[in-house]
Amino acid sequence: MRLDSLRDTFDVAIVGAGSAGLAAAAVTAGAGLATLVVDENAGPGGQIYRAVTTSPVKRRDILGEDYWAGERLVADAVRSGAAMLDATTVWSLDRDLAIGLSRDGSARMITARRVIIATGAQERPFPIPGWTLPGVMTAGGVQTMLKASGLVPAGETVIAGTGPLLWLLASQLVRAGVAIAAILDTTPRAAYLKAAPHAAGFVLSPLFAKGLALRREVAAKVRVIAGVTEIRAAGFGKLASVTYAAGGRQETLPVDNLLLHQGVVPNVNLAMAAGCQHRWDARQLCFVPVLDADGLSSVPGIAIAGDGAGIAGAWAAEERGRLAGVAAVRALAPQASAPDGQAIRQRLARHEAARGFLETLFQPPRQFRVPPSDDTIVCRCEEVTAGTVREAARLGCEGPNQLKAFTRCGMGPCQGRLCGLTVTEIIAETRGLSPEVVGSYRLRPPVKPISLGELARMPASAAAVKAVVR
Amino acid sequence: MGPAADVADVVVIGAGIHGCSTALHLAQRGVRVTVIEKDYAGRHASGVNAGGVRQLARHIAEIPLSVASMELWERIEDLVGDDCGFEAHGQVLVAESEAELGGFAARVQDLRDRGFTHEELIDRAELRRLVPAVSEACPGGIVSRRDGAADPFRATQAFRRAAIAAGARFREGIGVTGLARVGGVWQVESTAGRFEAAKVVNAAGAWAGRLAAMVGEPVPLDVIAPMLMITSRVPAFIEPVVILRSRKLSFKQFANGTVLIGGGHLGRAYPDSNETVLDWAKLGDSARTVWELFPVMRSATIVRAWAGIEARMPDDIPVVGPSRVAEGLYHQFGFSAHGFQLGPATGAVMAELVTTGRTNMPIAELNIGRFARG
Amino acid sequence: MFRRLPEIVQRVVTITVDGQRVAAQEGDSVAAALLAAGLTPTRLTPVSGAPRAPYCMMGVCFECIVTIDGVANRQGCLVPVREAMQVTTIAGRRELAI
Repeated sequence: MRLDSLRDTFDVAIVGAGSAGLAAAAVTAGAGLATLVVDENAGPGGQIYRAVTTSPVKRRDILGEDYWAGERLVADAVRSGAAMLDATTVWSLDRDLAIGLSRDGSARMITARRVIIATGAQERPFPIPGWTLPGVMTAGGVQTMLKASGLVPAGETVIAGTGPLLWLLASQLVRAGVAIAAILDTTPRAAYLKAAPHAAGFVLSPLFAKGLALRREVAAKVRVIAGVTEIRAAGFGKLASVTYAAGGRQETLPVDNLLLHQGVVPNVNLAMAAGCQHRWDARQLCFVPVLDADGLSSVPGIAIAGDGAGIAGAWAAEERGRLAGVAAVRALAPQASAPDGQAIRQRLARHEAARGFLETLFQPPRQFRVPPSDDTIVCRCEEVTAGTVREAARLGCEGPNQLKAFTRCGMGPCQGRLCGLTVTEIIAETRGLSPEVVGSYRLRPPVKPISLGELARMPASAAAVKAVVR
Repeated sequence: MGPAADVADVVVIGAGIHGCSTALHLAQRGVRVTVIEKDYAGRHASGVNAGGVRQLARHIAEIPLSVASMELWERIEDLVGDDCGFEAHGQVLVAESEAELGGFAARVQDLRDRGFTHEELIDRAELRRLVPAVSEACPGGIVSRRDGAADPFRATQAFRRAAIAAGARFREGIGVTGLARVGGVWQVESTAGRFEAAKVVNAAGAWAGRLAAMVGEPVPLDVIAPMLMITSRVPAFIEPVVILRSRKLSFKQFANGTVLIGGGHLGRAYPDSNETVLDWAKLGDSARTVWELFPVMRSATIVRAWAGIEARMPDDIPVVGPSRVAEGLYHQFGFSAHGFQLGPATGAVMAELVTTGRTNMPIAELNIGRFARG
Repeated sequence: MFRRLPEIVQRVVTITVDGQRVAAQEGDSVAAALLAAGLTPTRLTPVSGAPRAPYCMMGVCFECIVTIDGVANRQGCLVPVREAMQVTTIAGRRELAI
């Protein structure tokens, strides 16, 4: 589909073709609403089901059956009649529900009567000394390379951090025949005790048996070092070694690939730039949107579904996508048929039952969220260190937006995606304030860069679009 | 009885560059001053504008303040202990046609007749020398060679720090809810209780009209949201700040290579919630203007866009001077998207006015009385 | 360092990176192709010239920005390789089109 042949307006525009977006699309398109699903990747699936329609990895046991379940979600969305627009970036969304799109060097605006933001999650920043060296990547990034290209790490490979994805990726790599030198598990021993009160809810969820089996599978083949409290990557121009501390001892391992992961956090940039109110979640340790029970945000007409609404995993994301879809149908076409909201909420509750346990157990330790060492880079784009941010906070800087008076922290192309949470927590800790009070970067469109040429050539209005000679 | 009121000699409402500058100059005169700010210093127009430090292309009524401010900008580090990122490579007003250039020539002559020499007419050759990257079609322009640009947020914060060092108190995160003169004393009601002072300066930017209305002196103030865009880093290709009269464009490249594109296209402002909404159709217009004028920019990337919340007066010049209806109240607002450069000297003038009752600076044309009926 | 799983059978796509021909596979993103070919660092930072390589592979970190077919500042992890694609890596400030 070409950008210029797209209609000017839709009933429902869904940003993100991951679990939530695909599930929402099936509901709204299924109810007869003109639905557009936009995703910046080459195909649908989001992160969890990345490349599910095109993956060259044919051996289904490597990626696991949970991954392949994504095929059904895509098929349902397509069959429902939703228009799927891939390789397209949404760079602007505002309270008037004007949406800025960019594809193949061309930009234009469209509108919708309802927007569902389903931009999912991103990896939580993991600022350790040396994390900017070539050779250090996120676990999710390596998983993407496996799914989309059948590429796996070669050479000495170490995985570090905490969280279920760590074990999932490790199991996928092991099944693919990759030798992993070590897993540096940063889950504090105390976390198991802290999580115990939530264990009852978790044990009942299907995740429990799966999680346990994965860990056993991996631990049988890979050296696991538990209770890691410090990690440092080093090398000249590229990664050469990783040094860790655990249980009072230190060790340095030669390494070619260091895969970092300490959970995922909502991808909030579009929602924040659109003016949706967010709050600090003290258990998930990130900003989450303020939503009602149907996923509607503080901006009328904008709903948020999936991990972007708060981390709860792929299955919960599907159900929240459905709920947002149902709410859209009720609002725009109340006579049309939509799935039963009650049944959806029951399934959602089951999927969310495990959250208390997982979030408590895998809460990333403070020293990996707030770097103790001053020369650790916090803002990768502008190379601003933790020490600089701390100093600015000491000099009176009360929030990330006031950092502009002292540094360029947060002013680079990633727009705070990789430094925002770190900066908020550093300022909060230094000034003795809560992260809620410290706040986050004030984000504005474009949430992704657009070229001057795209902007200059953008059709000014529907009439202008028809007038342009192609 | 509630808690005791906070007492000072002067209360300044608003910690933009004007409020902070006035506070600094008052404190330097030994006056006890409290600045009340509803968000934080530089949160709005003062902190997010293009940072233009220009005498160029100003309304005649602003020029004396602008020329005086320029003197202060050139010693800004002495004044506030920070160079504020101020760099002076000149500002150039580009003519796009011979007719436009003719109009510029008349303007420059008019200024000279009035004794102002900061604007200089330049021909095609000099324009190309100053701005080699500008389109060949432009026949000349006006240059103001001492002009330049600074970092607006950094500058506003520097004025605030210097004011505090001189003894001023800042109370931020506090909104003014009422303003009345009772028994010869100004009572400023706020979300944090009452402040009392003999004199009040209304430097509340886009919200100044509400304060003026509170004392029975309403003004036709428009809240506007001028928009700006900034690009990713590109190799250095332009030094002076460039502005166009007939098309809305101001154009500046920073030392780090990023290019700021402004010029006054307006988005929409929601002053009650500190929010703005960008108008992408107009930003597209800006992009087209840059495309035509600076071909070398054609593959640049827009990394950020934003809008500030500013006040505009219908005659495009500010309100500076004593109130016409209330004693001890002074106004310093309505800078209509070009107040940043005027901050240093207007604060000095305001401090003089507040403490001595008079000033030699010609500001009569800027008085709030010009909006009075009848 | 990365290697391709032996069972992967995909069409070979040849691209040019900084003038050098590189064999990638259909479905690879530009960033994946660069990593698979061992062509790191893929950029030097504008602030200090520090070497960087793709980090997140999902369009969030902006470490993978490269010039693709003359268009600069493209996120390589979001662009699939195409036959005869010209990729140039960024070293600090980008050259403007002259």
